[in-house]
Amino acid sequence: MPINVHVVSRSSRKFERDPETVKGEELREQVLELEARGEWIVHKVPEPWITVKNKYGRDKKIPAGHTWHHKSCGQCGHIPGYSTSIFWLHRKLGLDYHDPRDQTSCTAWNYYASATSNAAAQAAVALRNFASAYQSGYYPLIHCATSYGHYKEVRAQLLHSRKLRDEVRRILDAMKRPFVFPEEIVHYSEWVHAMRHRIAERRVLDLSKIVATVHPACHYHKLVAEDAIYDPDVYGGQRTATVSATLQALGVTVADYSTWFDCCGFGFRHILVQRDFTRSFAVQRKIEVMKEEANPDVTVTHDTGCVTTLDQSQFAARAHSRNVGLPVLSEAQLCALAMGAHPYRVCQLHWHNTDNRALLAKMGIDHEARWREFEADVERLKNGEIEYLSWEDADA
Amino acid sequence: MGCDTSRYAQVPREEKQRLFDQVTADERFGHVLYGCYECGICVATCPSARFYDFSPRKIAQATAREDVDLVYKFMNEDVWDCSQCFSCDKCPRGNSPGGLITILREVAVRNGLKTAKEALEGYGRIIYKIMSTGTQVAPDMLQPSAFPDWGPHVKEISENLPWWRRALPPETLHTTESSWDVSEKTLSELYLIWHMTGVMDMIQEVDEGLHMILMDVMEEKLEEAGFDLHPDGED
Repeated sequence: MPINVHVVSRSSRKFERDPETVKGEELREQVLELEARGEWIVHKVPEPWITVKNKYGRDKKIPAGHTWHHKSCGQCGHIPGYSTSIFWLHRKLGLDYHDPRDQTSCTAWNYYASATSNAAAQAAVALRNFASAYQSGYYPLIHCATSYGHYKEVRAQLLHSRKLRDEVRRILDAMKRPFVFPEEIVHYSEWVHAMRHRIAERRVLDLSKIVATVHPACHYHKLVAEDAIYDPDVYGGQRTATVSATLQALGVTVADYSTWFDCCGFGFRHILVQRDFTRSFAVQRKIEVMKEEANPDVTVTHDTGCVTTLDQSQFAARAHSRNVGLPVLSEAQLCALAMGAHPYRVCQLHWHNTDNRALLAKMGIDHEARWREFEADVERLKNGEIEYLSWEDADA
Repeated sequence: MGCDTSRYAQVPREEKQRLFDQVTADERFGHVLYGCYECGICVATCPSARFYDFSPRKIAQATAREDVDLVYKFMNEDVWDCSQCFSCDKCPRGNSPGGLITILREVAVRNGLKTAKEALEGYGRIIYKIMSTGTQVAPDMLQPSAFPDWGPHVKEISENLPWWRRALPPETLHTTESSWDVSEKTLSELYLIWHMTGVMDMIQEVDEGLHMILMDVMEEKLEEAGFDLHPDGED
């Protein structure tokens, strides 16, 4: 069932996308042209892929499996159930993946926060990671929306500047790394979108009573906007379908709110050293508006900074009796929960700040029993019975 | 956003022009600023404009009309209010005020402006983390003193950190000082990038102490990896 366009517009006008008439360059063709000229190797999306439509109606290939997981600093560092859920979904769907140690951050969080870097360094970091993925034989799947957006910026800069390409090639030559660029820049939430029906088939929880708002991540759908997935059946193709279509496939009711386009307030430097802005924006422009207009059970998003900001900003606002108390999850965590993942062993919800126990109860999860199991795991770790929690332990 | 440039009246015009020329010489400049319809869409979408005396439109317009005095003022003050969310990429003229601000900030840092140093005060530990470990926000940064407004939950995480990290099924996530386990070879290649692209020189401009600490961390690893930073025998 479509998410109706009337939610966002009273017009009955239909917007037909025609890739032949839209503005903007088709950068992916230029990437292939550079390969034809012998400038670099293009890392092709491995088969089988799923085809989706981007903002301008062009086809985009999403790899089903055999993916090299470009992890996110903020997810792995502060909300590790996010990354763990992405891996868990791959395992449950029987899809091959590689979790590399030969990967650095894209370093773009720091770049957008402090500007203590430059275009050449940022491009070299990107291409070093892409070279590592190519050499591993696995295709890059990017967990962080900022990495995804920034790598698309890097792609445009490299395509437009021979000087930059030459500089980055010189650095990769010094490392004895190949000069490789991926055919498609793919965000993990696009993989979830492509897999949403397979995920829904494996759903073990009834989510029909769950109402969710969606926060689309800025660096997913605003920064080099054309690569994002759009669907005429989701808000009339007027905003990205990523996340909303996944929730709908899971049977969740997607609720609209007026400030959906607003950023979360992360601010890159603000979340770390100027959080008065971050807290104010997250609470007043996002959480309170969602609560007042949609009163959802949860808000769902698809990026590191958004989950962190929307979740952590609510604590201080509570002291001021603001209208907060809205659980925040990534759609990867929600999908995993729907498929029966353990809320603490897999989704690691104890790293989140805003109380999510009422949400879990409404989803039919006995969170008290699950927490006792996790506490027992920690005891086993402490008394040396086990060194680490394994994937088998997580599903026990 | 104030447009009063009198605070910088003592800065020679030549110096302001020199920095402005660095902005326009950046290869990205031609792709972030095409002109301005004065529609204000960038301001309407801008989160920083809601909470600060800040306007991406004024920054774009001042740069487009080459008002070097005003751009100098913006480069010293306003650019640090930007959220870098790129909501302003909605511009119907095709501008990216956020992208322009990235360039303005970069010029401010590269030239070691006093205001850039001030804007980055308290941020050095984060630069150290990303440049030395290859990951930005490590688990051990979750300390109550760093995030008091996030409540007692942060204390609970920091007290349980070693155990909660071991309770993560992915093998790469058992770390506390970095977000994931980054191999030594990978780190040495990252250090090589910082050196070969002039990023270490930028750090020296804004924080000499941090530069010394990073050099200590990096030089030995680079040498062990066989990367020669001074192939011509230069110091």
